[in-house]
Amino acid sequence: MRIHVEQERCVGAGMCALTAPSVFTQDDDGFSEVLPGREDGGGDPLVHEAARACPVQAVTVDES
Amino acid sequence: MTESVVSEPTSAAASAPVASDSPASEPPASDSTASAPVAFPQDRTCPYHPPTAYEPLREARPLSRVRLFDGRSVWVVTGRGTARDLLIDPRLSTDRENEAFPAPTERFAQVRNRRVALLGVDDPVHNAQRRMLIPSFSVKRIAALRPRIQETVDRLLDAMEAQGSPAELVNAFALPVPSMVICALLGVPYADHEFFEEQSRRLLRGPRAQDTERARDELDAYFHALIERKRREPGDGLLDELIRRQLSEGALDREELVSLATILLVAGHETTANMISLGTFTLLQHPRQLAELRAEQELMPAAVEELLRFLSIADGLLRVAKEDIDVAGNTIRADDGVVFSTSLINRDAAAYEKPEELDFHRADRHHLAFGFGIHQCLGQNLARAEIDIALRTLFERLPGLRLAVPARDIPFKPGDTIQGMLELPVIW
Repeated sequence: MRIHVEQERCVGAGMCALTAPSVFTQDDDGFSEVLPGREDGGGDPLVHEAARACPVQAVTVDES
Repeated sequence: MTESVVSEPTSAAASAPVASDSPASEPPASDSTASAPVAFPQDRTCPYHPPTAYEPLREARPLSRVRLFDGRSVWVVTGRGTARDLLIDPRLSTDRENEAFPAPTERFAQVRNRRVALLGVDDPVHNAQRRMLIPSFSVKRIAALRPRIQETVDRLLDAMEAQGSPAELVNAFALPVPSMVICALLGVPYADHEFFEEQSRRLLRGPRAQDTERARDELDAYFHALIERKRREPGDGLLDELIRRQLSEGALDREELVSLATILLVAGHETTANMISLGTFTLLQHPRQLAELRAEQELMPAAVEELLRFLSIADGLLRVAKEDIDVAGNTIRADDGVVFSTSLINRDAAAYEKPEELDFHRADRHHLAFGFGIHQCLGQNLARAEIDIALRTLFERLPGLRLAVPARDIPFKPGDTIQGMLELPVIW
């Protein structure tokens, strides 16, 4: 699994960081990013929920 | 707090008088609405349920037609999947200067001559405005604000207890909590919070259009003076930050700054207040769920999410189509108005099990109470924190809290505003 946040799309709603805080955080400008070392989701079952909650679909989960 | 969702149906808007719908663009109404199009918005019959008159719309899910106050017919979205698809579709616009933008009320139509920052503009203007504000509303920044919110809540409850039972909870608690918090966040002096509350209330639900206009004028003048003062004596609020970062660099003119401050105030104030008052009322009317919450405080975040879904206080997000859009077997034509009924979307029977039940253990917590897409409420995490702390502390400090009069005698807000209680007389 590979998780990616497209920062260009991000509107800083914080839904990913709120839903799956073990995988996502927000930088000082308020944009979301994947925590270093957590690009594989770290087994967190909430990753998909976080991607679904993103209001601009900036979070992608590549299952391959 | 929403793009919110929030103040969309009510706050002062921009542009020329509403043009009536061109009959040529009128698509055939669906069967269920052909005989008598349902009027929108309508008053709720129970403050926490969608109006019973919306029942035909629910049956016609996910998309049907409603009639606005001026006779114009617009699309209404009532299904969650369709709502998600459409709210991220850039062919739907929030530009209130577009003559075809729908007006949900006469008051809205009468005050269309002013620009509304953030939720009244499309990208790229919207994006540039939002990016300046995003850092102040991050999950981390809001978490850091929690002690301050707690302090505010504690102080108000101290005052209520000192005064003694009974109390009127809207004015004693629900309104001042977000008012004080947004003042603190913006960097507005505490001494001015009463003025703020009053203007915000007039802006949102002054009985006449001129009340809204006057409130806007007073807030404009106030913010202009405050910005002047802050340029001389900078503080540490969001306004100070914006002044420092943008005004001095010329990236933001004074009018835009005032407009942003106003929208933050309005979006963050009465919406959260209504969630607190209506949330309290709803919990008192659902003793089993309230008991669950008392027994297990960890349920609170789930309870806040469920209350947001269940109450859907900003019921009617507005858009206008810029191009034709094929959706759910229909075609939304360019210049058609579209309204999203969050109360029906958030009770979509295809998306939720037993949507009419207040259930803190729901597996699917995803809802559209804060909207969806680029305009999704910027302050949603601040709203969550305020509702969480306010309700948690209220029921903890006043375990005997109950309604002072029968529920049916308590007035609540009309359908054309953000939903909530007008008064909430309580004893403990």
